[in-house]
Order: sequence, then structure tokens, then C-alpha cells
Amino acid sequence: MMFWVLQSLNGISYGMLLFLLASGLSLIYGLMKILNLTHGSFYLLGGYVGLAVLHLTKSFILAVLLGSLAIALLGVVMERFLLRRLHLQEMPQTLLTFGLLFIFSDLAMLIWGGNPQTVPKPELFRHSLDIGGMVYPSYRLFIIGFGLFVAAVLWWVQEGTRIGAMVRAGVDNEEIARALGINVSLLFTLVFAFGAFLAALGGVMGGPIVGVYPGADFEVLLLGFVVVIIGGLGSLRGALVGGLIVGLLDNFGKVLFPEFALFTIFAPMALILAVRPTGLFGKE
Amino acid sequence: MSALVIDSVSKNFGGVQALTDVSFSIAPGERRLIIGPNGAGKTTLFNMLSGAFPVSSGQVTLFGRDITNAPPNLRANLGLARTFQITNLFPNLTVMENLILALQAQHEHAFSMFRLMRKESALFDRAQALLSQWGLSDIAGARAREISYGQQRQVDLILAMAGAPKVLLLDEPTAGLSAAEVVRVVGMIGDLPADMTVLMIEHDMDVAFDIADRIAVLHQGCLIAEGTPDEIRGHPQVTEIYLGAD
Amino acid sequence: MKTTSPARMALFLAVAAALALILPYVLTPYYLGLVVKMMIFALFAMSLDLLIGFTGMASLGHAAYFGLSAYVTGLTALTLGWNVWLALPAGLMASAVAAGLFGLLALRTRGSYFLMITLALSQLMWGIAFGWRSLTGGDDGLPDVPRPRLWQGYSLTDGVSFYFFAFGLIALSGWLLYRITASPFGQCLRGIRESETRMLALGYDIWRYKFTAFVLGGLFAGLAGSLYVYYNRFVSPDYIHVARSAEVLLMVILGGAGTLIGPAVGAAIIVALENVISAYTERWVMLLGFVYVIVALFAPNGLTGLIESLRKKRAGP
Repeated sequence: MMFWVLQSLNGISYGMLLFLLASGLSLIYGLMKILNLTHGSFYLLGGYVGLAVLHLTKSFILAVLLGSLAIALLGVVMERFLLRRLHLQEMPQTLLTFGLLFIFSDLAMLIWGGNPQTVPKPELFRHSLDIGGMVYPSYRLFIIGFGLFVAAVLWWVQEGTRIGAMVRAGVDNEEIARALGINVSLLFTLVFAFGAFLAALGGVMGGPIVGVYPGADFEVLLLGFVVVIIGGLGSLRGALVGGLIVGLLDNFGKVLFPEFALFTIFAPMALILAVRPTGLFGKE
Repeated sequence: MSALVIDSVSKNFGGVQALTDVSFSIAPGERRLIIGPNGAGKTTLFNMLSGAFPVSSGQVTLFGRDITNAPPNLRANLGLARTFQITNLFPNLTVMENLILALQAQHEHAFSMFRLMRKESALFDRAQALLSQWGLSDIAGARAREISYGQQRQVDLILAMAGAPKVLLLDEPTAGLSAAEVVRVVGMIGDLPADMTVLMIEHDMDVAFDIADRIAVLHQGCLIAEGTPDEIRGHPQVTEIYLGAD
Repeated sequence: MKTTSPARMALFLAVAAALALILPYVLTPYYLGLVVKMMIFALFAMSLDLLIGFTGMASLGHAAYFGLSAYVTGLTALTLGWNVWLALPAGLMASAVAAGLFGLLALRTRGSYFLMITLALSQLMWGIAFGWRSLTGGDDGLPDVPRPRLWQGYSLTDGVSFYFFAFGLIALSGWLLYRITASPFGQCLRGIRESETRMLALGYDIWRYKFTAFVLGGLFAGLAGSLYVYYNRFVSPDYIHVARSAEVLLMVILGGAGTLIGPAVGAAIIVALENVISAYTERWVMLLGFVYVIVALFAPNGLTGLIESLRKKRAGP
């Protein structure tokens, strides 16, 4: 019993990190129809930059903020100067974002080396909690709470604010959004940067749990894809539900069938695909 | 037996009722026009008939055969062809290649990997004949995206009738054409074999009343009138909501 | 594409064949090996071109079939001692079956979903190769795969005989791929690339065409993979990794999708680049990344596209 509860919490906390990644991936695709393969890099670079800030300032909060903002800025540059020139050209976009994934991956290797690095937990969450006889690290519980908080904020932004309404209009029809006087160009940059911000947030926050290491960019990108395949591209709810499903499957797979860990993720994905090709919450 | 029977067809797009309980039937060889204001559900009805979208309820019958749930390619093989409101050609292929694909569709050799396309001279001859029949021989080698809009509309029409369908669905074939081109396209429709059943959406009233044996009028997803051109002309409701709008 | 005249085509083929026959006797073994590698990747790229360039199905998981066939051929040759007549078809069979199964899932979607799903399925295959240590050796891979054994006591151990073996199979495959694309079936694939809705309205069962093309693409990729394991005498999960799927995609786009010859040239260029650059710097990955970016921004239609637009410019006013 204890085992199941603890492992479920582990899976859910990892699922929250995947949600941070996948919500940006999904949002960017929903609005701009770009499948951003560089998203894995945003996660990895976020982690590395956050770690560097942490070493310099000893402040976890600053590490999270500056790490994510730096990557958001990178997102702005990438959208303004590169992706903008390839609007709605699927194949060049794929090549471009994949090339950048390679470049950033090698760049990170060059700067931070090939050894996995761990991010120390913030002072406040270094202890473990005792819940009814179960000892559990408080930082993981904090991640779960934080993920839910971000989900709530995103939900509110999407449904309750003016900018959310603009994004929804842009998702439905770019031309109409333009005709309504929405600055679509600015909206694209903002959404892309925000997606990068969320991915980097996942990278820094996930540092104390999974570490920062070469290859994490490809790994989380793949898991992010599985999340949006299961949840549906362009759906916030899909990113949350999909993130939790994949987080749990990944964790239990690794614990129960270590040789075939990926199978426990892909078999359900294949099943969902067979029934609903566009995911649980994706548009037909 | 009717060529096409549309029986209480309704379509609901996520809460928006696009078609409500539309029923009518078309006799073989008939020229049937569908008219109605924008958003009346004309193209939606076409998409139900050609199988592009499933119906929400109701039944569609082609020469006595229930095709309500048949996929579009099966309907085409049963003799139901269509054109598209927004020109839908193979843009990077030549006009000749476009026609070859249309002619080859019903051909048992289409799936063959062991023949060479360029040696299918019978197909090329038929495509050539079709092009010269409609006076388009000089654009045979041009890519479909490079020819003029008017020519594209004509090729769209030729693709649909190349397979000698029993029922032909024409979605605004004259939309956006110059007056001279309209005359040409109307001529092409007039030259269709008399036993081919034609169901056509048309905005231009003169064209519609000129071609039609019978007319069906759609308004806000409902069939509000059906009859000969004369009956429709005198129909008070039609005059009020549609013709009276001018 | 302007069609090349038969006479010019025949001349080109004659020159290419003569060159192919002379090469083993003028090149050093090292460069002959490099040529074999180029040819293998040319076949791999042409197999993907059948999907992307002709049918409009952008797969980002094509290495799955390359790698699976390589593993099956390598494993059966290594552990069961199978000769090439058994080990090679076993690999091809496996990749065709895998392409069939994955096709059933992936072909329910198109566009970005298709891209993601093919990628995810290939990474599943990668995960198996990586995780099933007892069979595949995990990330250490399988070393010491024997050279193809034609019959008891005769293997293609020297570079020249292996060159002719690989060249024969690849030339045959290239010809088959050309025939497929020049057939009525190939014409239908182009139609699907241009407009699926129109093809449906004309009465084509497009799923059947796409599925067949997908399996054929997997099959030829499998042949390239099996040849590569014989060439390298080694197979590892890298054969299946998404980086390899993306690399072959780059070869196709760089050369010019939908032309067969373009992707083959693209493959030769990338293999040559890798060979030259790796000799001077360890930053091959980053430089390859820049190649992706440059192709995406400046040559999205590939070299054949560039040549075509240059020709048009010269012909124009």
C-alpha cells in the first residue's frame, strides 16, 4: 500500500513537470501550428541556466525566475528572427527546430560538460514530511502543488482574460483574429516566449528531482510528445491529463519493468491512438 | 427509381444546426438546382452527399442503394462525382496528369507498380480527347496552379465528369468567373449527356433558372420550397426571403 | 520537373555504371568504404523520399525500420550463424511487418500528428534496443557481426567484393524505386500528396495506397539498415535514434524531395561532410545543426529546387 502511494506521488510530481513542458508545446502548436522540436532544449537550457544562477546567487527563487526568463528571451529571438520567416511551412519548421535542438544540445555539452549535475533543493523544502506514518520529501509535494497552481493560472488566463480571448480567437482563425484588430504578430512572439518560459520552468524546478544532464532534451521532448499525443495537441486540459498519465506510467514502468520501461508508456499511447487519433481532448 | 434520394437529412456542428430535416429526391437525368442565401446549408448538404462529413441523422440513397455511411471513394465508385466550391486540383501536377488521375480512378491498373505510366497511351489519348473537346489542349503541359482561375474551374469540372458518373454534384461552378467564362461553363454543363443526373448549387439566378428542370430552395438549413422554375418564381416565401432581397 | 530525354538518361546511366565498375580499382580501401556508406545512405534517403516526396507523409521515425532490420540481420548472423540468404530477408521481413503495424496507427493521422507519432513509435523501438540488454547488448550494441556469408566457406570479407554486393543490391533497389514512382501507383501517390480530398472524390481508396507506400518505404529502409550492419560489422541503438531519422530527413530535403536522385545526392553530401568535418573537430553535432538551419531557411526545396529556380531565372526575361 505504502509502495503504491509513494510511487504514485513520484509519478504525479514528474507528471507535473511534463505538464509544464507539454502545455507550452500544445499552446504554441494550437496558435501557430508549429511543432517545436526545440522545446526539449528549452527545458535543458532552463535547467543549466538556473543552476548557474543558483551557484552565483545561492537563491533558488532567483534561479527559477532568471533561468526561465533567459529562455523566454531566447524564445523571443528564435520566433522573431527565425520561425517568423517560415510561417506555416511545416517541413522547414521541423528542420529548423530540430537543427536548433542539435545546436543547443552540443552547446550545452561544450559549456557544462557531459556529467549529470544535480540541483540542490531550496532550503524551505529540504526536509521530509511524515504523513500518517509515510515519510515523503516535501519538495515533490511542492512540485505537485506548484503544477496545479500553474494549471489554475493558465486556465484563468485562457478563459477569463482578454489575452486569453485573443489567443482563443487566434487558434480558431488567424485571419479573423487579424480582422478583429488583434496584433497577431505580437501575440505569436508572446505565446512562443511563454511556452519557452514554461518549459524552462520545468527544467529548473525538475532539477532537484531528476537532475540536469546531456540527453535530457531529447528525453523530455519525446515524453512531451507522448503527452500531447495522448491528451491532444492544442488542449490545456489534454496537457494536464496527459502529463499525469505519462508521469505515472513512466514511474511505474521504471519501477516494475525496468527493461521495458518505455513499453508501459507506449502501449497505452498506441491504444488511445487506435481509438482516438487526435488524442483524448484534441480537435477532430 | 430515383437517382438520388435525400431523406430527412440533418447536420449538427457542435451545437450549430446546419441542416434540419431536408428531404427531396431527384429523377435520373434531371437537372436539379439548389439555391439559397449564404449560410443556407447548401455546401453542407453537398458534403453530406459526397461523404466528406457524416450526417447527424437521416438517409441518403443512390439508385436504391443506401450510401449514408459509405466513404467518399466508395460513393465515387458507385457513380457519384463532385466538384469543389474552392478549386481542388492537384496543383503541382500538369493539367494532363490531373486528367490522367481522374480517368485512371475507375481503372483496375491504378494500383499497379509494374506498368510504366508513360506507356499507358490509351489513358493519354482519352485525356487528350477530353482536353480538345473542351478547347483546353494548349494548357495540357502547364501545372494546374499556373493556369488562370477560369481555366482551373473548367479543369475542376472536367475532372469530375471524366469518369462518366451517373450523378454529378456541382458546387458553384461559375463562382468568380467572368461573363464570357460563365457562358463557357454553362455551355459545358449543357453539353453533358442527357442521362447524367446533375445536382448543382448556383448563386447566379439567371444561370440557375436557365439550366434547371427543378429547383430546391434552402434557407437557414431548411428546405422551404421545391418545384419547377416557374413554381419557384411564383412561390411567395421564396420571393420574400430570397428574390425579394434585391 | 522537366523530364530528361531518354538518350541523356541512357548516357547518364552508362557513365554511372562504368564509374561504379572502375571505382574499386582506383580508390584506396578507405575511400571505397566511404563510397559504400554513401550508397547505403542514398538508398535509405530514397526510401524516405517515397513517403515524403511522393506521398506527402513526413515521417520522423524512419530509422525504426533501418535499425530493426539491422538488428535482426546482425542477431541472426551472429547468434544463429545464418548466412546472408537467410539473415537479410529476415531483417527485411521484420522491418516490413513493423512498418505495417506502425502504419496502421500512424496513418490514421496526418501532418504534425503523423510526425510526432512516427517519432514516438521509433523511439519505442529505440527503447527496446536500449533496454533489452540480454538480447541486444543495450547501448554497447552488438560487435563483431560477420561479413555476409554467401555459402559455406565463402564470405565477402574483402572490401571490393562487399562493394559489388552492396552496389548490386542498391542499384537494383534504386531501379525498383524508380519503377514504382513511374508507375500508375506512383502517379496516385503524387495525387495523394497534392490533394487527398480530390483523390477520395475521384474514387481512390487512398488508405490502401498510403499503407502500401509506407510498408515499401520501411522495406527499402530495412535493406539499407541490413547492408549497413554488414558494412559496419556493428549495430547499436544509435541506428534507431531520432537523430538518425532526422538526418535522413535532412538528406531528403537537402537533395530535393520527390526526385529520388536528389535525396541520393543529399545523402552523399551529408556522409562526405560528416567524414571531412569529424576529422577536424569534435563539434560535428553542432555543425550538422547549422546545416539543418541553413537548409530550412535558404533551400527548403533542396538542391533540385535551387537548380530549377536558377534555370527559370536564366530562361526568364
